[in-house]
Amino acid sequence: MSDQNYIPKSKFGKWFNDRLPLLTLASHLTDYPTPKNLNYWWTFGGILTFCLITQIVTGLTLAMHYIAHADMAFESVEHIMRDVNYGWLIRYIHANGASMFFLAVYIHIFRSLFYGSYKSPREIIWILGIIIYLLMMAAAFMGYVLPWGQMSFWGATVITNLFSAIPLVGEGIVTWLWGGYSVDNPTLTRFFTLHYLIPFLILGLVVLHIWALHVPGNNNPVGIDIQKPSKDTVPFHPYIVIKDGFALLMFMIVFAFFVFYTPNILGHADNYIEANPLVTPAHIVPEWYLLPFYAILRSVPDKLLGVIAMLSAILILAALPWLDTSKIRSAVFRPLYKQFYWILVADVLILGYVGAMPAEGLYLLIARIATTYYFLHFLVILPILGFREKTLPVPMSITEPVLGGSPNLAMAKSNESIKR
Amino acid sequence: MSKNKTTRRDFLFTATYAVGAVGVGATVWPMIDQMNPDASVKALASTEVDVSSLTPGNTITVLWRGKPVFIRRRTQEEISEAKSVKMEELKHPEKDEDRAKDPEWLVMLGVCTHLGCVPLNDKGDYNGWFCPCHGSHYDISGRIRKGPAPTNMEIPKYEFVNTNTIKIG
Amino acid sequence: MKNFFGILFLLSLLIGIPISSNSAEKVEYLKTDWSFKGLFGKFDRGSLQRGYQVYTEVCSSCHSMKYLSYRNLAEKGGPEFTTQQAKTIAASFEVVDGPNADGEMFTRPGKLSDKFVMPYENVKAAQAANGGAYPPDMSVLVKARAGGVDYIYSLLQGYEDPPAGMNLDDGVYYNKYMYGNKIKMSNQLSDGLIEYADGTNSTVEQMSKDVTTFLMWAAEPHLESRHQMGFKAIIYLIILTILVYFSMKRIWSRIETKV
Repeated sequence: MSDQNYIPKSKFGKWFNDRLPLLTLASHLTDYPTPKNLNYWWTFGGILTFCLITQIVTGLTLAMHYIAHADMAFESVEHIMRDVNYGWLIRYIHANGASMFFLAVYIHIFRSLFYGSYKSPREIIWILGIIIYLLMMAAAFMGYVLPWGQMSFWGATVITNLFSAIPLVGEGIVTWLWGGYSVDNPTLTRFFTLHYLIPFLILGLVVLHIWALHVPGNNNPVGIDIQKPSKDTVPFHPYIVIKDGFALLMFMIVFAFFVFYTPNILGHADNYIEANPLVTPAHIVPEWYLLPFYAILRSVPDKLLGVIAMLSAILILAALPWLDTSKIRSAVFRPLYKQFYWILVADVLILGYVGAMPAEGLYLLIARIATTYYFLHFLVILPILGFREKTLPVPMSITEPVLGGSPNLAMAKSNESIKR
Repeated sequence: MSKNKTTRRDFLFTATYAVGAVGVGATVWPMIDQMNPDASVKALASTEVDVSSLTPGNTITVLWRGKPVFIRRRTQEEISEAKSVKMEELKHPEKDEDRAKDPEWLVMLGVCTHLGCVPLNDKGDYNGWFCPCHGSHYDISGRIRKGPAPTNMEIPKYEFVNTNTIKIG
Repeated sequence: MKNFFGILFLLSLLIGIPISSNSAEKVEYLKTDWSFKGLFGKFDRGSLQRGYQVYTEVCSSCHSMKYLSYRNLAEKGGPEFTTQQAKTIAASFEVVDGPNADGEMFTRPGKLSDKFVMPYENVKAAQAANGGAYPPDMSVLVKARAGGVDYIYSLLQGYEDPPAGMNLDDGVYYNKYMYGNKIKMSNQLSDGLIEYADGTNSTVEQMSKDVTTFLMWAAEPHLESRHQMGFKAIIYLIILTILVYFSMKRIWSRIETKV
């Protein structure tokens, strides 16, 4: 890092900084050289930080009123919605905030896939990100159980039963998870405890994620290594701060619309019926952000293999830096990869769609094809593509093609389009 | 850069900061206000107490809004003792008539005004109440006489519904 | 930038698809104009007050509303009965309280702080009295049904003779809008069934609309303030976004690159 030699101007500042270099950290964060050609897809890191803070703050306030007991959980949520000052607002922000969090994280992940941000030397950032994503899913799932509605109860039953697929010890693990012979009060209290804990684990991992990012610095739409600081970079403050702020506000408008005008559209009506162990709702569907994985699970006719397929679908991402053999990062210079990228996006959206549909007939067939393609993309297409693909010439620097002109007209053009 | 332009830029940034600050404030308020008493707590009703079985010289303690309320049926001696105290002897001068609507009945919050403990009945140097936490002595009218408490014990809003029933709150 | 927000918009539409198509029902619900829909939607007070009357006189003999209190009836954004009216309503119910000094439960007239009195002591009692079917609690019923208000409104008017060849057991009725068409609640509404305090003609349609409006408020008592606050919040965000946008342009103009 270039700013290790920072010396505070004031005497007290120097005294303090010698003992705890917070000012050095602050100076590093403000001056942090950032590629100046980052587009709006890069603003989701900041947006995700906002989402995490929002969930933690609203979660803490909700926890002051929520009662984690099977007999009182549903009632305490209604108490929050009716009697607690601004309780309805805080709960709707928290519930919709989970969805907004996942929306942002999916954009963040797919941005990384497009621009090859997971590649050397950023593998650790990527893997930390996958762990964060896994923890997010755990937190979201357990959070959905807390209102103790029908979907909470049956979602918890179905998801915990996934572990029963493990040979020999499966049943024992499920009983251990439940703390009984079914999902009940012990399950609820431990889920509440863990739901409270996980966000702080995520927060710690986010610090590591950003730390690991600040070692090599940001990737950028052109995907080349750049000199830092140089003509290609701008200081984080104020340039990136204001840009992230602008994007965050746009995001908040969408967020506010959900909270104030359609607060229940992303949830499920059955969750406003108190949990009843004797009746299962007609359609059990997870929250929208888990649907693609749910589709993968159901597309495999074997219980154990289904669970393995679903887990591999996530874990395979951790191996991505090594599965993708191409030396070029950005899809801008990889005409073939770019096409496969969009097919993958469509594939995941299709999986999400069939995940919400009944697992039968045509839907099941589509789910199977889409699942196969998902694995094909990562295990076959990406490794081969790296060797076979004819990539476009990559510019030397971000400013070069614009200022100096490029010998390659096509490249200059594609660079223009990045800028826009 | 002309001077005019500088001013305009400053105005833009100042306005952005100001509008942003308003939003932050408006967002923080619900997070603070949620800790205030909620609608169901505020609506908590009054308590009605049946005092027909209470004999002179005795005290009962009832719960009202989560706090103890002492209801003392005082004897004639106690009433005359309470009335005979000179105002200049009191740390927080209040006449007994102002504290008990009907001199026979003393209704007061059984909470020591020092730090909120519950004083003991029929204890202390003044035949009233004594707070064991930090040694405050109250007389038979619930007035502070000795010790760290700054004021007399509080009288809640109450009324006699009929001769047997007192409604607190 | 245009591209970016275009794609974002499409994505947000895509999120909606599985949810909306998931709850796809085969029957078209009856439509009516709800005053509480839309950006500035508010409840029709008259309708709420009439709806409360339908609830007490018809529904409440079987259906509880255990999360509501009598004080809610006088609160802002609801039926807005006067406090005195709400007190009178509360006092007309017998509430079980206690234990008293002798350790016994006793009944007393209701107070504003009391929860709505339940028709049955518990679920089992409710089932026993209703041929095994538990009349669901109506506090959040509107939010607990996929079709929401339109579903409830239609259901109340959806009683018909069963189609030929359909056998119905005793205590089971045919309803066009019910899931599976079989419902254990018989048709409760008929024209002129109740006498509205405000003199409105009590047709089945009118009563269905009023009671559904009342149920919507019961499930979402802060709907009005939510709409009002939402409008202010979004206007505020738009203003701040514009300010930040121009600030951003100004800052980035210091270097030659476009944002």
